[in-house]
Amino acid sequence: MAEPLLAIEDLRTYFYTAAGVARAVDGLSLAVAPGETVGVVGESGCGKSVSALSILRLVSPPGRIEPGSRILFEGRDLLALDERAMRAIRGRRIAMVFQEPMTALNPVFTVGDQVAEVARIHARASRAVAWKQAVAMLDRVGIPAPDERAREYPHQLSGGMRQRVMIAMALMMKPALLIADEPTTALDVTIQAQILELLAELQREYGMSVLLITHDLGVVAETASRVVVMYGGEAVEQAPVAALFAAPHHPYTRGLLAAMPRLGLLRERLQTIPGTVPAPTAWPDGCRFRDRCSSAWERCAAEHPPVYPIAPGHESRCHLAHEPARRDGPAAAGGRAVRA
Amino acid sequence: MSADGVDRARRAWARLSPGARAAAGVIAVFALASLLAPWLAPYRVGQQIDIVHLASLPPSWAHPFGTDRYSRDVFTRILYGGRVSLSIATLAVVVSATVGTLYGAVAGYAGGAVDTVMMRVIDALLSVPRVLMLIAVLALWSPVPVAALVLLIGLTGWFDIARLVRAQALALREREFVVAARALGAGPARIVRRHVLPNVLGPVIVAGALAVGNVIVLEAGLSFLGIGVHEPLASWGMMFQDATDQFVSAWWAVIFPGAAIVATVLAFNTLGDALRDVLDPRQLPGHAALEPPETAHG
Amino acid sequence: MSAPARPAPLLQVRDLRKHFTRTRGVVRREHEVVRAVDGVSFDVMPGETLGLVGESGCGKTTTGRAILRLVEPTSGSVHFDGRDLLALRGGDLRRMRRRMQIVFQDPFSSLNPRMTVGAIVREGLTIHRLAEGEAADRRVRQLLEEVGLRPEYAGRYPHEFSGGQRQRVGIARALSVEPSFIVCDEPVSALDVSVQAQVVNLLADLRRERQLAYLFIAHDLAVVEHIADRVAVMYLGHIVELARARDLYREPLMPYTRALLSAVPVPDPGAARERIILHGDVPSPAHPPSGCVFHPRCQHPAKDAACTQVVPPLEEKAPGHFAACIKVPAGA
Repeated sequence: MAEPLLAIEDLRTYFYTAAGVARAVDGLSLAVAPGETVGVVGESGCGKSVSALSILRLVSPPGRIEPGSRILFEGRDLLALDERAMRAIRGRRIAMVFQEPMTALNPVFTVGDQVAEVARIHARASRAVAWKQAVAMLDRVGIPAPDERAREYPHQLSGGMRQRVMIAMALMMKPALLIADEPTTALDVTIQAQILELLAELQREYGMSVLLITHDLGVVAETASRVVVMYGGEAVEQAPVAALFAAPHHPYTRGLLAAMPRLGLLRERLQTIPGTVPAPTAWPDGCRFRDRCSSAWERCAAEHPPVYPIAPGHESRCHLAHEPARRDGPAAAGGRAVRA
Repeated sequence: MSADGVDRARRAWARLSPGARAAAGVIAVFALASLLAPWLAPYRVGQQIDIVHLASLPPSWAHPFGTDRYSRDVFTRILYGGRVSLSIATLAVVVSATVGTLYGAVAGYAGGAVDTVMMRVIDALLSVPRVLMLIAVLALWSPVPVAALVLLIGLTGWFDIARLVRAQALALREREFVVAARALGAGPARIVRRHVLPNVLGPVIVAGALAVGNVIVLEAGLSFLGIGVHEPLASWGMMFQDATDQFVSAWWAVIFPGAAIVATVLAFNTLGDALRDVLDPRQLPGHAALEPPETAHG
Repeated sequence: MSAPARPAPLLQVRDLRKHFTRTRGVVRREHEVVRAVDGVSFDVMPGETLGLVGESGCGKTTTGRAILRLVEPTSGSVHFDGRDLLALRGGDLRRMRRRMQIVFQDPFSSLNPRMTVGAIVREGLTIHRLAEGEAADRRVRQLLEEVGLRPEYAGRYPHEFSGGQRQRVGIARALSVEPSFIVCDEPVSALDVSVQAQVVNLLADLRRERQLAYLFIAHDLAVVEHIADRVAVMYLGHIVELARARDLYREPLMPYTRALLSAVPVPDPGAARERIILHGDVPSPAHPPSGCVFHPRCQHPAKDAACTQVVPPLEEKAPGHFAACIKVPAGA
């Protein structure tokens, strides 16, 4: 891989709560190359959203990024910057789009004001210039009649339009990295399709990198070039998108793929992953997935699995990489499924 | 169920801040001291020890808070005054909370025209300031029996709680567990009793704790105007009023009742604010709080 | 819709409408009528699962609640087991509720946080006097076991459970009164994939064991394909297509259904796909378009002026396959 734009190394973000230390992100490493879309998938509680906030250093107490973590962006360690330098990066070099645009937008300002605000902060643009740029940006993200819409308030727009406004705000300064945290989860499928297409288009146009955080494997398959699967606060598998879906290695990845109902793929029963995600205050020793894994053996309890290389660009945190014969059953993605 | 209640209370206590625990401690000490006044008080209540030689004495070993102009021991009077002030305040708030909760729950759960009419009634009642209403009644009815005073204060103080409960009940009505109860075939009485009331109790307790502080001040104010509690009873407000004109010569007769009022009000307000954060079982820390579930929409 | 030789439907919904009046503006008050459900008809047979899919605001949730009279329908008729539900009042309606239940989407808001799980499951037993005392305790434990929860959990409060477990509690509550029909209103859409599969399997098992009929409301087309026998697609308060699940997914007739199916992201990066991207947003149900409500976004090649004027009836275009589109020929 070329020199990465973003390299996260051993990121640990802990929350110090009354119920104990919640190790929400616990040893995450991943890299994003320039112009690449990396999908981060996982279920609730896997730490994917906290990871995104950590990159921008927006974790608030009782959360804390632990010493020893490194987040290298354009060659600089973001965790070593002072707050002023960090502010110059947020919104300018790294921008973020959230799941719920209604809460991420300020209800008392017009959307045009909010998009223009970005240019006022980072480019010191005059009011008139910033407004013109904002309207142009709203036009670019596909908002019809942007001149009029810019004068409207967030609640006057539909969910899809609000998400377009969020994207316009994020892209105003042409950032090198866009972090999109579940950008389409609150939207209907037909609107989701519009937004994903828009994101792909803008990415090509601006040549930016995208870190797409989602729980939807379908969204990842269609947008990402590389996938990071998170479980228990760490990456359990990373692979190019085709390899991950064709030959998933980690039992958790396989379980997720098999549990998903898919269009046109009829099965008697859905496969399930037994149990629930453990609490981040009490990850199991050894492999954090072992309680729910049908292949687990003694070694999984004794030794936290390191990152094993599976194929070029494909890694898995599973001891099966050493002892493949122990894999339980043939249950790969799709299993005994019948194509209808 | 009750074992669970104790358990919940214990957990709630564990989560109270040191300030809130101190506040609870202050309230407990004051309540106990008033309750045990006959045993703790060094003198008989109302006893004028020696009006010639022992009037308006500054604090000393014999009279830790000094004596007033009638040579009564201020410490003794504060202990007995606490009984009056605290019991009037708590009982009045119990009256307010009961009436307000029922009224608000019915209005909010019924909704529609019933709700509109019931809320207009409150608006009308609120258009007359509470103090004016009380002054008008008390000026005509003097001396007023304590029970009547409690009822009067209680019955003029339930509007805010009713509004609070009504807003909560309106929101609860749309909550799916209430819809589920309707789907099960539960009638309105059952829904209000089992699903609405238990869920508004937390906010009502908080509002009640804050209201106790207000009522203590209100009662002190009425006594200050000379239309609240009457002799031979003494409340802190009355003692304060009695002694203000000699603040310069006998400051202790003013400062100590005043301090009792301020400390109690402060304690109830602190505790009320803390309870707000603690009483909700859903506020317990858990991993769900760290990463909200990915909720797709409907 | 009823062929002569078929058994009597358990649920018969005809021309169901629910219009809400919404007041807008502070200074100048405007009243507008939101046609959330605007003339919906379908049957559910005993033991059948009818999927009801559509995007937010299409009226699927309101349809489910109007059938159960959790919101009062504006007009239309609902017959359950031959009885006219809309004619029932007070106690009669409450007694009828035993037969029809509902499972909700949100596992947080659907359980009373102040009641133990045992009390939640027990409430239906008490209301309908199905069991008391010891017998009720036993029944509660049985129900919890049946939905895959440990009976010891009866004394715990909802916040101690995960989303999937809470959803199981909601299912146990619905089962407690032994209904023959359950409206499942997005029962798995708030759950993670791995947990979602557990709950879908549970619902499928219960249906088989208890011969339950479901109205399964969802926006996730893949989940509905998995569980439904027949599927109805809703758009802006109307059913625009209704067919056996296989037919609907293999050969959707309505342009809207096609776009909806093509928009679902597929976890198969190599798949060759022809995606139809619909333009614009769903119009407001307060101001629905004239004629076919889908016409402003429709990409059917034969779309013409007639689509903007004629309200297309839901017609049987192929055996058992209904669609509301004047451009789809019969016998398609």
